[in-house]
Amino acid sequence: MEHLSGAEIVTRCLREEDVEFVFGYPGGAVLEIYDAIFRQTNFKHVLVRHEQAAVHAADAYSRSSNKVGVALVTSGPGATNAITGIATAYMDSIPLVVISGQVPSGAIGLDAFQEVDMVGCSRPIVKHNFLVKDVRDLAATFKKAFYIAASGRPGPVVIDIPKDVTIAKCAYEYPETINIRSYNPPTKGHPGQIKKAAQLLAEAKRPFIYVGGGAVQGGASAQVTELVRMLNVPCTNTLMGLGALDGTDPNFVGMLGMHGTYEANLAMQYCDVLIAIGARFDDRVISVPNQFLSNPKKIVHIDVDPSSIAKRVKVDVPIVGDVKHVLTDLVAVLKETGAKPNADALANWWKQIDEWRKPNSLLYTPSTEVIKPQHVIETLWKVTNGEAIVTSDVGQHQMWAAQYYKFRRPKQWINSGGLGTMGFGLPAAMGAQLANPDAQVACVTGEGSIQMNIQELSTCKQYHTPVKVLSLNNRYLGMVRQWQEFFYGTRYSESYMDALPDFVKIAEAYGHVGFKVENPADVEPVLREAFGPGLKERLVFIDFRTDPSENVFPMIQNGRGLNQMDLPEHMRGLQQTPFENNRDYGNLC
Amino acid sequence: MRHILSVLIENEAGALSRVTGLFSARGYNIDSLTVQTTEDPTLSRMTIVTHGSDDVIEQITKQLNKLIEVVKVIDLNEADHIERELMLIKVRAAGRDRDEMKRMADIFRGRIIDVTEKTYTIELTGTGEKLDAFIKGLDPTAILETVRTGASGIARGERILKI
Repeated sequence: MEHLSGAEIVTRCLREEDVEFVFGYPGGAVLEIYDAIFRQTNFKHVLVRHEQAAVHAADAYSRSSNKVGVALVTSGPGATNAITGIATAYMDSIPLVVISGQVPSGAIGLDAFQEVDMVGCSRPIVKHNFLVKDVRDLAATFKKAFYIAASGRPGPVVIDIPKDVTIAKCAYEYPETINIRSYNPPTKGHPGQIKKAAQLLAEAKRPFIYVGGGAVQGGASAQVTELVRMLNVPCTNTLMGLGALDGTDPNFVGMLGMHGTYEANLAMQYCDVLIAIGARFDDRVISVPNQFLSNPKKIVHIDVDPSSIAKRVKVDVPIVGDVKHVLTDLVAVLKETGAKPNADALANWWKQIDEWRKPNSLLYTPSTEVIKPQHVIETLWKVTNGEAIVTSDVGQHQMWAAQYYKFRRPKQWINSGGLGTMGFGLPAAMGAQLANPDAQVACVTGEGSIQMNIQELSTCKQYHTPVKVLSLNNRYLGMVRQWQEFFYGTRYSESYMDALPDFVKIAEAYGHVGFKVENPADVEPVLREAFGPGLKERLVFIDFRTDPSENVFPMIQNGRGLNQMDLPEHMRGLQQTPFENNRDYGNLC
Repeated sequence: MRHILSVLIENEAGALSRVTGLFSARGYNIDSLTVQTTEDPTLSRMTIVTHGSDDVIEQITKQLNKLIEVVKVIDLNEADHIERELMLIKVRAAGRDRDEMKRMADIFRGRIIDVTEKTYTIELTGTGEKLDAFIKGLDPTAILETVRTGASGIARGERILKI
């Protein structure tokens, strides 16, 4: 058996896990590990410019592939800088292994230079974490960390390694399997519960399928699509679930929630049987539980995490299991029994949904004077044939990207849905590009968000990630401004972006290509040029000067129900109930 | 409603703080918490007394189970169970009080485990209510110091918590 140092063991474990990229930043406590990295060729290290970006890049690398992302940071400030990234991954259930250096074992607890209790700091925002006190535990810890991160409901795992452990040597062998007696993530759903779900679907008059990020992470897109098509049931995706069902599928009614479409929100409110797949009924989706349940419905909830079930909403048929397994079994049961919703009732439900679709809640007023942000996203879709991987930051631009880019497949849309982390988009685009070197990657951002991790333009240059940055620059923190307009009497407190830099010059200073676009007529030609063969190998930063007064519609205000949307101008005053001539809804409204 | 949760957890550094961190982060109540290793030194057993609606208790149980190091969780209130708490109480035992303290200890089946000229230290075991009743029965000015362990619980009969 080989004798290796702890640092060498770290790099060997990463090799065993087929790690392709490690995103990191060196420092005192991890110097041994960096030396071992220097002496190996199995994976590539990506030197970011800030540890937060390392974790976001590793996160998006994972989101856009089927692999665990890996980040490496030093102790103290390196570790604390990683915290926002870890929390972002935790909220969206992304599998990561974050390795942090720690001061030597003997110095722990003595307020040593660059010491921070990383296990303590990260505890509430990790799936699990480890402090490795003995080099002999290191290999098994890595095996456990990768297994825990990727299995069950995925999530980030932190491994904190004191410097002396990276120096100490021991016999090295990577365990082939690992058994954690206290951790047995579920796979198959209960067959009895699956039969009950099939039964409910067969009795449904107004069935609806609600698909969240769990279907994306769980690789269940094909099963979702099969179920939807087989039963011809309308389907919505959450912000995290976009792409699980093709955004151009005729059964797709758009995203639901705070900025969901009229038809998706009303179908969610007035359905009688709801199948929730890898979704968690969170506040930005269903708003207030009581309001959501005020129209009676039977709910089937499929999730790998039992604690997601009955957390905000009580359900009738809970099914704990891997969504892919459960859906495969559910489809099999439906096929076997031939159970399906009553054809007449379903036709009537579709008639209703088509009525709700008619006014088109995503319609906006085009302009030849000023660039409409929605127009930029629609043009991006057109120019990239709906095939680009799109990352975003957080705010209005994020919602417009989610609404107007019709994502065709899972893992194509990468955003910080749960934590809402500004500064996510650019490092995420970088990570996604490294995972998908041949893909077109667009980062939709704003002039506020981009400045939260703009230093990564330098990393993008170093590692030749030719992402296209579309900054929807409205000179406001747009979503803050929108809320201040609606709820704070247009007192735009600290939401105006003053002293903005010249973004074209910034892009150029970092060695990239920059464009400024002010005329709506230039949107398409500039995007075509940016994504064209001439700039294929270049990062292009496009500063779109967009309409500063544009708001995101529909919108559900805090405390209101799914049928109490603020609608765009052309739909103001429209009833948010089923239409009166619809016989099935007599007693619903 | 008050619930007693019994938790088997890996006997590892930091495991306790994962449990207490979970309770504070999610706004659950801990009325008391006791922990010690079991006959299997790799496992610790906790007794957590908490209160909340059925929905909250269900979430607490699920969230505890989600912690990687938690092996098993049971809610003792789901069936008959026994709970005991230990209290050590130091009381003034001079003059007239001395006999009265001895009588009180006897009535509550306590044991005097340390004696000085002016004080008794009494060991008392029972449910939390019994310990409360003992304290109430004393002249408050006579109580010098109390220390209580919080409840430990076990199911009655053949129901067991083991891996």
